[in-house]
Parts: sequence; structure tokens; C-alpha cells
Amino acid sequence: MVTLKINNQAVAVPVGTTILHAASELGIDVPTLCHLEVDCLKVEHQVGSCRICVVEVEGRPNLAPACCTPVTEGMVVRTNTLRAINARRTMLDLLLSDHPKDCLTCEQNGNCKLQSLAADFGLHHVLYKGEMSEYPLDISNESIVRDLNKCIMCRRCETACNVVQTVGILSGIGRGFNAVVGPTGGRPLTDTKCVFCGQCVAACPVGALTALNRTYDVWKALNDPTKTVVVQTAPAVRVAIGECFGMEPGSIATGKLVSGLRMLGFDRIFDTDFAADLTIMEETTELIERVKSGENLPILTSCCPGWVKFFEHQFPDLINIPSSAKSPQQMFGTIAKTFYAEKIGVKPEDMVVVSVMPCLAKKYEAARDEFNASGARDVDIVISTRELGDMFKEAGVNFNSLKDGDYDDPLGESTGAAVIFGASGGVLEAALRTAADWLTGEDLESVDFEAVRGMEGIREATVTVADMDIKVAVASGLGSARRLLENIRSGKATYHAIEIMACPGGCLNGGGQPSIHGKDDILEKRRDAIYRDDNANSVRKSHENPSIIKLYKEFLGEPGSHKAHELLHTKYLARKNV
Amino acid sequence: MIKTAEQLKSRRETASSQSGPNVKKRVVVSMGTCGIAAGTGDVLTALRQAVDSKGLGESVEIMETGCMGLCHSEPSIEVIDVTAKTSTIYGKVTPQQVDAILDDHTHAATLSSIPRTWYYPEDEANTHNALQARVVLRNSGNIDPESIDSYIAVGGYTGLAKALTEMTPAEVVQVVKESGLRGRGGGGFPTGVKWEFAAKQKAERKYVICNADEGDPGAFMDRAVLEGDPHAVLEAMTITGYAIGSATGVIYIRAEYPLAIKRLERAIAQARDNGLLGERLFGTDFSFDIDIKYGAGAFVCGEETALIHSIEGKRGEPTFKPPYPAIDGLWHQPTIVNNVETYANVCAILRKGAEWFTGIGVEGCPGTKVFALAGKINKVGLVEVPMGTTLKDIIFGVGDGIKDGKAFKAVQTGGPSGGCIKADQLDTPITYESLKTLGSMMGSGGMIVMDEDDCMVDVAKFFLDFTLDESCGKCTPCRIGNKRLHEMLEAICNGKADTGTLPKLRNLAATIKDTALCGLGQTSPNPVLSTMNQFPEEYQQHIHEHKCSAGVCRNLISYTINDKCVGCTLCARQCPVSCIDGERKEKHVINQAACIKCGVCYDTCKFHAIDRV
Repeated sequence: MVTLKINNQAVAVPVGTTILHAASELGIDVPTLCHLEVDCLKVEHQVGSCRICVVEVEGRPNLAPACCTPVTEGMVVRTNTLRAINARRTMLDLLLSDHPKDCLTCEQNGNCKLQSLAADFGLHHVLYKGEMSEYPLDISNESIVRDLNKCIMCRRCETACNVVQTVGILSGIGRGFNAVVGPTGGRPLTDTKCVFCGQCVAACPVGALTALNRTYDVWKALNDPTKTVVVQTAPAVRVAIGECFGMEPGSIATGKLVSGLRMLGFDRIFDTDFAADLTIMEETTELIERVKSGENLPILTSCCPGWVKFFEHQFPDLINIPSSAKSPQQMFGTIAKTFYAEKIGVKPEDMVVVSVMPCLAKKYEAARDEFNASGARDVDIVISTRELGDMFKEAGVNFNSLKDGDYDDPLGESTGAAVIFGASGGVLEAALRTAADWLTGEDLESVDFEAVRGMEGIREATVTVADMDIKVAVASGLGSARRLLENIRSGKATYHAIEIMACPGGCLNGGGQPSIHGKDDILEKRRDAIYRDDNANSVRKSHENPSIIKLYKEFLGEPGSHKAHELLHTKYLARKNV
Repeated sequence: MIKTAEQLKSRRETASSQSGPNVKKRVVVSMGTCGIAAGTGDVLTALRQAVDSKGLGESVEIMETGCMGLCHSEPSIEVIDVTAKTSTIYGKVTPQQVDAILDDHTHAATLSSIPRTWYYPEDEANTHNALQARVVLRNSGNIDPESIDSYIAVGGYTGLAKALTEMTPAEVVQVVKESGLRGRGGGGFPTGVKWEFAAKQKAERKYVICNADEGDPGAFMDRAVLEGDPHAVLEAMTITGYAIGSATGVIYIRAEYPLAIKRLERAIAQARDNGLLGERLFGTDFSFDIDIKYGAGAFVCGEETALIHSIEGKRGEPTFKPPYPAIDGLWHQPTIVNNVETYANVCAILRKGAEWFTGIGVEGCPGTKVFALAGKINKVGLVEVPMGTTLKDIIFGVGDGIKDGKAFKAVQTGGPSGGCIKADQLDTPITYESLKTLGSMMGSGGMIVMDEDDCMVDVAKFFLDFTLDESCGKCTPCRIGNKRLHEMLEAICNGKADTGTLPKLRNLAATIKDTALCGLGQTSPNPVLSTMNQFPEEYQQHIHEHKCSAGVCRNLISYTINDKCVGCTLCARQCPVSCIDGERKEKHVINQAACIKCGVCYDTCKFHAIDRV
């Protein structure tokens, strides 16, 4: 333990603690901007670049950044002297002098750390005015918009991309005043191995990285009388949308969500959960085949488009092992525009499928060339949880006072096994529930596979099903996925089935969710809500979903049938690792 | 292969007597980058041809060497009379003069010969009352840098032999500690103490890095050492490896130093071939080898953490210290980073002992310092003086005063991180501390002399310009703060500043110093602050009177033609924008609205008829 004094108060902290954390032990908040902790990954971004957190340390000639200065025995720190406060104000002044200050029209208005610091500091004017950076917007892709004019070089996005996700496309480029963060050579994101997971967007404290906003396209579709607009909502949306309206994290707002969507004017309110159950039917069929034959193992889940693009770039040699099943979003789009469109007598091109997703990569996924099973785009527009929140606000929907509504049939019916897709481990657990029943030929009572649940980056378990030991692993966060895949590639580890989600913790921590700024407790609450929702459902196995059973009977035949393969499965593409 | 100290000794004896029995004259040609640029290559070719055509192959030996430090007189050659044991150095030699020099150099009266007092090798340092003392540059300009025998002949690798065969690693650290050697990269941290930190670390691997990323404008100390005496750096790095327990050395050198790289590569190959790098050196269990990494020419990579990141293949950006590299450096292993000049001192210290070293220089600051003397000075060049020498002795003694009889105004030490020093402070003996007290710093050894024609606001802007280009842009104060400082200086130089500008400038400069992440940022406002402190009247004059008395700031000056004009029309013909009118033999007039203030008329007028106000 190290003892030191901060603002005349003594505190003892473990060796290696930073001044910032020691101060917070005493209830002293040192303002920060670039600093970020990602609790669940034990990653602390402490690049010390913004210099907002500078404090006075006795005996040191210059100010010390609290976020990355380790404490030493007998250290005497002052956090609120005139010198420190003036330095912080100057840093903020300088940052604002090279910032567009168009807060009222900024995507991050009200959710910007620079804005709130300026308010906290009572900065009324910018003293050091001068030349401002001018960069073109990067709107090269469907998911992420980069407005580098707003970049404050906090480098959080780099940590998210390179350390957490190990995608590794972001770096500082340029020098001095022209330094900014981006892919090497200043290339647009679309020309890189970016997987559009959106973790950089979630980490960005300002409006430099935002989701490509598609709400206007949704409004347009809703107001087009020639179109039938159906909407699907992903599992993780229902446990986070409430946060946009000040509800406690972890509130299950499914009913309000449905009612809100109905108020916006969607013709049918459906659920991606239905398609999640459908995914389980196909994926589990594949799993059982492969386990029985012992060939082409392990099977990897393919629900997550960020993960799919990641292995296409980084592990093209393993391109045959992921399940060929489409993701729930794409299965939904396919079924909506084939089976359902036919059923209600609407031409696929007159139907607009809108997805509400916790994810930015889903925007990219929907735009992939191959997803047009009906002849039209399977999914037309993808908006994030945040964008839907904005649409509700824009439309004057008083979300908190909405009465609970119900999804429409048949694509709105789902099971507990589907909702857990929103948490890391959920897809695998859902598959195991079905696999256990199918392999034993029984209707097993125990459906909780606790071993695959959790927030750790990698979890392993051996599950005994019908006297077979099935070795499974779950990874969330692409950094963890990489470690797992490298072990598989080198033969160090063998499994039967692996679930991978690109975002740490799974979809509930997706890049399109309300920002948690690295705080674990919000994730925990969302996760608890997901499992509460599962428990509350009377049907908790995908293959027992009556609408799914009917769909196979009326339209697809058997799981894994020729028609199912044609409509519900896909192929992957080996891509360049640059 | 040299496997024992004895073998090294006998190799030294053979190497020393390698000259042929009939050699009467040795001609040493300065083939550093600077010399080659000035045309030494042609002189060398002419020399070789003349020796051939005169049939002097047996009696005249020609040797290529590194930089002699005589930038003001390149191409320079030294002629040593082997029998008489005398030596003369000739400067500004042309290929046409080669014959005269070979015939009998004492009759070559047309040549500018340089007095020996300007230039002394190491061993004569304390016996002569000379201004210079050569420890670091002891071999540069004296030996053939491309020959390991040439280095061994002057005692090369004996320091390493002594360390490995007679001393424990702890004793080596102790000697360097006792010598009081301090980091010559500019910081002045005691080298031995740094080594001790690294030596105490228990680690799988340790690294020894040579920082050869010299980047100050106008500084070329390290290049000269690497081009003139590469083995000294290899030997010192190996000694360091032994002292701290490392088997791997890395030289980080900017790719813009191709000659230094070539000579280093050759030296490394020779050392390996001779068993002086590689496995089990001098028959001990100690092994050491050295690799070269090229830098892309970023000034900030001279900062040790940025340098380490660059070697690791990352963006060359500094990170916060602690942890210091001696504890957590390259690949997170204990790492010593010393600069070229520091290493160049180490072999001499090992060979001659700590006491010899502390005998040079002053207490607390022993040894010598190499300076790249540049600017408005008569003898531009590479000089080495004992610590404690006064700036006056360097500028007016070694440097021979100000060019064209102009008045001295200031000298900038420490490059873009340093500050300027005025005439009344020139009696200050140079140490790390004294320069800091004057608001400047030692830095790596750039020394730029300014005269009455230099505008100090413009000088501050020049150095800040450099910092702006070279900042990595990581931290807010350096990335945006320095940009704003620069903009304010531009406003001052353009007559657009107001009374509020100066306090803003000072406050921001002080805050940048107080908050920036690395040494580059923390020192970047120094040129601004020191010129503000030393020459406040110039700033005032620019702001309040819209005048630049040095006549540098274009927007604050104007050219007019006075009554001395005889109407020769020369200025009108030279003016690039044709803004001077007038009949022949009548007084001309400058159209002020069209004038671009290039100063061509001022420079071309032979009648002092153009005024600059």
C-alpha cells in the first residue's frame, strides 16, 4: 500500500494506483476527457493526451496527468489549485478552438463529453481562436460516419479497435496540428478490414464517430402509401431502449416498444426473436450433423455480422467452419419477403423491412450483395436502438406512459431461447436446449445451461447431452475471439461448438445501444433483464415455437431441407487482411 | 578473430605499423557528408591521379577520414610529414591545388591553412592551451572510419577488453557513475545511474539502444561521430550491454544519414568478423550483437519512448513516463537509451578511468561537449570544448567572431527546445544548469549564432515552425497550443497583433510548458519565452510601432529610394515585379503598392540609395 495526501486528505491505495483513482477513493473527482475504462475487459485507456486531468504534485516541476500518473509514497497532490484549474480551462479552450461548435445540429448533442465539460467549466468564450482543421466526411459505408473535424485525439476509438477488438485499423496519422485518427493512408473505412462493430462509435466522447443515421428513410417509407412497412426488433433492443427515456437500465420495455412502433405507423410489428428461433432450427441441425459425423468441427455461430466480416478478413483459412445459417436479421427479411409477402399478397418490392438493431454492423450486413433471396433487398433499412429513441422523440411519443402492446402474428411469436440471443452465450444456450431435446428425443425439463453465461471474454464448458460430452466455448469481443480462433488454428484447443459475438458482453453492448461509456453495471442490468425475460416466457425452446413449427410445415419443410438451405443459408467470402 | 586482450594488443601493434616503410607523407582527406557535399570527392580523385602520375605510390599514403569539423573550410585535407612529425591542414582545397600540395606543401602559399590551435586531438587536449578538447571527436578526422584496424591502432576496443576481462559488470557501472558522465542528448541525466537502474532489473531480456535520431535544425554532432568513428559507438554499446546484462543492441538512426548507415553497417560486419561482436566476446560468457533500425526522420522519435515505439513498429509517439525505459522499455524489457555522443565518451572513460574524465570540464559537469556551430559566425563547424568553457570563448575564440564584422545579437543553444542568450551573458561557463538558468538548455549541441540582422520574433517563429512540423500531435497543448502560439507570432510579424496578444502569448506558452506530455512539447515554447524575456523591446516595437528594426518581417518594412540614387536603372531591371520607375540618370521611385518587399533592390544597389525602414 502507498500512502499519499490529496487536497490535504490522507489516503492509502495499492501500489500502481493512479492519482485519478486514489482521488476518487476520497470522493474527489478530477475531470477527465480522453480517459476511459472498459470494466468488463479490464482495459483502461489512459493515453494521457487531452491533459484535462492535470494536477499539481509537490516537487514536480510541471503538472501531472492524474489518469496515468502512478502514486508514490508520501506524494502530495493538489487537484484544485488555480494553476491546475487554469491549465484545464486552457486545454478545453484549445480543444474548442479547433472544434466546429455546431452542438445544436450535432448527432451527439446532449451526449457529448466535451460539451458537458465546457458547461461544467463555465467556459463562455474561446480565447485562443485560430485556424481550424478541415477534413472531408467519411460516409463511405452503411454503418459509421467519421467527422474528423470533431475529433479531439482522445484515441479512445483506437483502444476500442486495436486493443479491445484487435481489428487494428485505427491509428494516429499525420503530424502536429494535422494529426488525426484514421486508417493508414487516410483511407475511407469501406476500403479497410473494419468490421463495423461500432465499438469505436460507442467509445467516442464527441461527435467524431457516429452511426449513419437512416431515420429519414424510415419516415419516408412510413409515409409512402404504396409500401407495406414491417419492422423487426432485435432481442437486445427491448432491454436498452428505455434508457433513452430515463428508465432504469435493465428495464424490460418490450410492450412499450411495440406500442411505440405502432404509433409511428408501421404496418406490422414483428420480432427478430422469431427469426432467432428459426436460426436455432437450422444451426442446431447443422451442429448435430457435424457432431455426429465428427467432421468440420467446431461449428461457429454466424449471427453476428461484425464477427463474420472479422473472420472473412483475418481467418480466411477457417472460412468453412462457421455455420452457413444466415443471421436472424437476414432470415427474418427473407421470410418476410417470401413466405409472408406471399401470404398477405404483397410483392416483395412493395414491402419495406426495417430492422431495429443494437448494432451498427447490421446496417452493413443488410447491404451485403448476396442478401436478396426474394429478388428485392431482404432488409431495406436498419436503424439502431438510439435512432429509434430519436424517432420516438421526434414523433412526440411519450414512451414512458405507453401501454404495453403485443407483436403481430406470425413473425412476432418467439420463445425464451430467442431473447437470450441478446446476451453473450445466449445463442449457444438456445442451440443446446434444442440439441438436448433432439438428441435424447425427450422434452427435457432443465433448460438452463448456466456454464455458458457470463461476461468474461472467453468461457469454456463441457455439456453432457444424451450421454455425449459436447465441448463448447463462448467468446465475446473480437480480441477474445481472436485468441480462441488462434488456439483452434494451432490445434491447441478443440471444441464442438463455439459462439462468438463481436461486442464485449454480446449484443446488449452493441455499438448502436445507448452509450454506457465503459460502465459494467449497466451491462449487468441489461443482461439480467434478458434472462428475466427468458424465465418469464412459458416456451423456452426454439423448436417449440408454434409459429416456427407452422412455418416449416407450410413452407420450408424440414430444418436443413433444400428450400431452407436456399433461403436461410449463405456463403462467406475470403477478404484481404488490410 | 580476436579472442583475448593479448590478441587485441598484438593486432594493435601490427595495425599501427601498417604504413609502408617508405611512406614519407600521409594525406588525410575529410570524407564526411559535409566534406563530400563541398567537393572533397573531386579533390580525392585528383590526389589519387596525381600520386599515380608522379609515381609517388610508395612515399605518399592517402587516407579517407570522417569529418574534421572544419565546415567553414571544406574541402579540407591534412598533410602529415611522417619523418618530421609535423602536420598542416589545408582548407577550401580545389583539385587544381593538389599538385602544389604534393610537391611541397609549405610552398603552397595560396592555400588557406588552418592553425593547429583550432583543432586538437584527444591526447593533446591537456598539454596545449587550446580552446578545444577532443574526447568525443578524438578519432573523427584522424582515422579511417571504414577500417577496423585504423580504430584498433588508436586503442580501439581496449576499453571493451578491459571491461570484459578485468572488471565485473557492477564495476563498469561504478566507473561510469564515478566519471559523472551525463546524457549528452540534452537531458543531462547521469548515465551511470541510468545503467544502474537497468542493471538491477531482473528480466528475460534487456536492450541497449543508441539514439542516433539527431534532428535539431543545424545540428550534426552525432552524424559526424557515426561517419568518423563508428566503432567507438559499437564498442561503447557492447560495454553497456555487459554492464546491464543485455545481449542485444539496436541503433536507431534516421534514414537520411546514408553515409553514417553505410559506415555503421560496415563497422558491424567488421566487428563480427573479428569476434568483437557476437558470441562469447574475449572468451567470456558475454555475447552481444547490434542491429540497425531506420527512422523515417521524425524529430519526436528522438524522445526515448517515441523511439522505442517506432522500433516496435508502432507510430512514433511518446508515452507518459514513468515507467522509464530502464525499467520498462523496448518490448516491455529494461532498456538503456543513450545518444551517440554519450556512447562516444564511454570507451575513453573505460580506457583512461573516471578520474581522467572528471579532470576535464567542471565539477558536476565533467567532460566535453560537442557543438555544431552555425549561423552568422566566421568559422562554422563542429567543435568540442571542455564543459565550463564560456560562450564567448566558443563564439569569438573557436568560432572567430561574427561574419562580415556585424554585431553579435544572440546565440540559440538547445535547438528548437532551447532559448537565446544575449551578449551580456556570454561570460557564463557552459553547464547543463547554467544554460537552464539563462532560460535555455544544453540540448544535443546545436548552437546558432545571430547578428543584428536577425529579428528575434522571426527567430522564435522559425523554431516554432519546426516544432509544429515535428510535433506528433498527441497531446492538446502541443498539437493545438503550439499552433495558436505560432498564429500569434505571425500576427505580430504581420503587424496584426494588439496589446492583448503579448499576455495571451506568455500565458499560453507557460501553460504548454506546464502541461505537455513529452520533452518536445514541454520545451517547445522556450524560444518564444526566452526571446520575449530577452528582447521585449522587439516585441513591443512590432506590436505598437509596426516596425521590425532588423528588417526581416516583410509586412512591417518598406523600401524607399534616397537622394544617393544616380539613376543607373539596375534596381528597376532586377525588380521581379517591375515596381521601380524612373528615367535614366534620374532618381527612381518604388511603387509601394506593388512592392513585394523581396529586398532585391536593396541588395543590388551599389550606391546605398535604397533605405529599408
